Amino acid sequence: MRIEMRRTIAIVLALSIFSALPVLSTRAQRTQRGNQAPATAQAETLIRNATILTVSHGTLQNSDILIRGGKIVGIGQNLRASERARVIDATGKYVMPGIIDCHSHSMVDAINETTYSVTSMVRIRDVLNPTDVDLYRELAGGVTTLNVLHGSANAIGGQNVVVKIKYGRPVEEFIFPGAPPGIKFALGENPKRTNFPSPAGQPRRYPATRMGVEEVIRDAFTRARDYKRTWDEYRARLQRNEKNLIPPRRDLQLEPLVEILEGRRLVHAHSYRADEILMLIQLADEFGFKIRTFQHALEAYKVASEIARHGAGASIFVDQWGYKIEAYDAIPYNAAILVRAGVNTSINSDSNERARRLNIEAAKAMKYGDLSEDEALKTITMNPAWQLGIDARVGSIDVGKDADLAIWNGHPFSVYSRVELTFIDGEVFFDRQQDLARRADLERERATLEQAEPNRPPASGGSSPSLPRGRRPAYGHDDDELDGGNDQ
Amino acid sequence: MMKAKLMRFGLTGGPSYPKSLIVIIALVTVAAASLFAGARASAQQPAAITAQQGRNLPQGLYAIRNARIVTVSGPVIESGTIVVREGKIESVGANVTVPAGAQELDARGLSVYPGMIDLGTSLGLVEIEAGAPGTVDLTEVGDMNPNAQAIFGINPHTAHVTITRANGVTTVLSSPRGGIISGQAALINLDGTTPREMAVTAQAALVITFPRASAGGRRDFASTPEAASNLNEAITTRDRQVEQLRKLIRDAEAYGKAQDAYARDKSLPRPEQNVVLAALAPYARGERPIIVRADREVEMRAAISFAEEMRLQRPIILGGNDAWKIATFLRERNVSVILTGVLDLPNREDDYYDQLYANAARLSEAGVRFAISTGDTGAQVRDLPYHAGMAAAFGLPREEALKAVTLYPAQIMGASDRIGSIEPGKLANLVIADGDILEARTHIRHLFIAGRSVPLTNRQTELYQQFKDRK
Repeated sequence: MRIEMRRTIAIVLALSIFSALPVLSTRAQRTQRGNQAPATAQAETLIRNATILTVSHGTLQNSDILIRGGKIVGIGQNLRASERARVIDATGKYVMPGIIDCHSHSMVDAINETTYSVTSMVRIRDVLNPTDVDLYRELAGGVTTLNVLHGSANAIGGQNVVVKIKYGRPVEEFIFPGAPPGIKFALGENPKRTNFPSPAGQPRRYPATRMGVEEVIRDAFTRARDYKRTWDEYRARLQRNEKNLIPPRRDLQLEPLVEILEGRRLVHAHSYRADEILMLIQLADEFGFKIRTFQHALEAYKVASEIARHGAGASIFVDQWGYKIEAYDAIPYNAAILVRAGVNTSINSDSNERARRLNIEAAKAMKYGDLSEDEALKTITMNPAWQLGIDARVGSIDVGKDADLAIWNGHPFSVYSRVELTFIDGEVFFDRQQDLARRADLERERATLEQAEPNRPPASGGSSPSLPRGRRPAYGHDDDELDGGNDQ
Repeated sequence: MMKAKLMRFGLTGGPSYPKSLIVIIALVTVAAASLFAGARASAQQPAAITAQQGRNLPQGLYAIRNARIVTVSGPVIESGTIVVREGKIESVGANVTVPAGAQELDARGLSVYPGMIDLGTSLGLVEIEAGAPGTVDLTEVGDMNPNAQAIFGINPHTAHVTITRANGVTTVLSSPRGGIISGQAALINLDGTTPREMAVTAQAALVITFPRASAGGRRDFASTPEAASNLNEAITTRDRQVEQLRKLIRDAEAYGKAQDAYARDKSLPRPEQNVVLAALAPYARGERPIIVRADREVEMRAAISFAEEMRLQRPIILGGNDAWKIATFLRERNVSVILTGVLDLPNREDDYYDQLYANAARLSEAGVRFAISTGDTGAQVRDLPYHAGMAAAFGLPREEALKAVTLYPAQIMGASDRIGSIEPGKLANLVIADGDILEARTHIRHLFIAGRSVPLTNRQTELYQQFKDRK
């Protein structure tokens, strides 16, 4: 893992040099130049006199943050900025790093490719919808980075993508530069499709038991190991300058699994019960690869030391429980037990709704099991950053890191607090005052649109409008959905 | 010292466990007591009340002293005393004399609140929602089930009771869901060995899901039972369902009249007995409260005029996601709203991001009576304070947010003579916490339901104790 991290850091550093330019474009400039990157890399923002929750080095009172070129370039008191800098008086306000949600299904047009039990060839990257309005709602909760995962229908699911929520930008700009690739695995009720009937007329899909889930993963890695050997042999012969070689046929399903075997792809394994967590650890040890995170891991507290020894992280709900059988032993003390066992632990949403209030979910970890404020803060910042291999760039307020942060009107762990401004790479992507100021115009626009011919009710001659959808209640788990998540 | 004293009145209630479990629970309770109360040892912290000795009737006389008392109905008392006798609050104030023989709990440094109340739950009717249908008693077969009574489906020994109350929620309205007339809801305290012991009001309200033209929705209990494929079809279905509802209510009214007439004059032919109509009759006559699930303006307005037309009681709206749009109308009609969607995602793409967070503030400004609820079936009802907190973050005054989960739900259910605030004569449903109970970081230290000291332990604290030191 250390080698992989070093490589990650190198990539991150290299990419950050190139990415600093495009990320600072302003909307006006984009209009003029299309989406070409303008040369405003030196744009400056000075946040003054805030309480800063750095996460890495404690809480700073009455301090400033200087942002230039999308990076944090100064933290301290009485910092000076150039004359063209935007100065934000944050007296009485709190600044924390942008929240990182290590389990999201936002902005996807499809969650699960449910037809096979091994779908390592499919990519969430291919189905991103950057106009999903829930992204804006997440920004308004101080979230800046998402781990957008494939669903949990398959023992080996599709490839995930890590994004920064650059709402309003082309989808290419969302992709987190240099984030190591990853993949979704799933154990338990979902891959055996316990709670989901097969489509009419179709036989039940294999596997139907936890035994079958183990075998499916074992079979896939057995094939991947053979595939890797074939390629290794071919490359060795190339190395020896042998002539007339025919390269092996590429297998898009096995390639990502080879990357896992080589430590180049992070495994995020959806899991609930302790026994299935142990099963996967054992299998991974046998094949010589690592699990980066156990996702949900509701019973991780029962096997915390085993998870710590394997070196995996856990990305959990803080207190969701009881919504299905394998969630009945979930306890809100999971985070506390895992953190004390030395497991890197994050608190995620798996829900466009819950993503908007991960600050309060993290605060609960102080109540249940008495994590310290910094330990609780890490569960939504530094820890998920490590789990995604992006901790060199985000997750704390440190000089040299990306200026991904949010200004709150009170302590983010207070239920009475809300976000004022959310920055990504030094640029504002959510501004409450601006949001409020725009509303009068939007009301007028809406009134005009309602009068437009296509929107008239049928009685007055228009065509039939679409059916209204049901409410989108709290406490869902997008992971479990067969397809498009919240949308019907 | 306090511990020993209070142990004697052994006020715990709750499920009756087998002996071996009691031993485990006793051990766990002692450990959990230190977890909740003693971990941050401080000279000011009172000893924990840790009794778990089977069930006694609430007969103790005791006083909670030196507490910050958030009465909700009146001003906060910075340091005061609450005297509890026979399960009820006898007196409250800064200078209350403690009666002779009263045991005392020193609550210095702690705050006392009335127990929180969630009116949008189905707590006790569901243990595990998916994969264990045997534990789900939420929805009866058919669309018209006035005879389905939550009080007969609630499991007093569900893990949801002890888990929910540990967060300071002491009372819930538990409602059946689905169909058009879902059934009758029960208002219950989260303590008791039998549903009747738990009941504040056993038949608290009739729950109707007002028919709507809809394509249905994900996990959407509020949607109409029959999904339509286009709007015209959906409107026809809705109108037919409203007509069915109208007819059944008229039948129930007529049934009631026939029964009354026969009761007065036995020479009349004896009218046939009908359980469904008998269950519906008191509601059809406007004698008992009606709760209507509705979120959109069109259904809320329709439900209110329907109730007027049928001379039912003024409906209580359950849901109310669009209530802010008709706030003035709701106030004029004196209609109360149980908001279950503070943390829902806004439904439409062009809804403001904080539209549902701010719904409560808008109702409050307009003078509408409302309560805040999780709307959850059970597991997440313990999140109630954070729903209220989010409403407060978006414009609802903090005092109003607290009232929206204490006094206002009690008033809406006509139970404010018994619960909802700390006032003499009310049930001693008291939460003692080390801070603001709406804050997620706050720890609940002691809990009293109808005067009984109930343990803060539950299935989850037991699992915590079992595994926290495993190496």
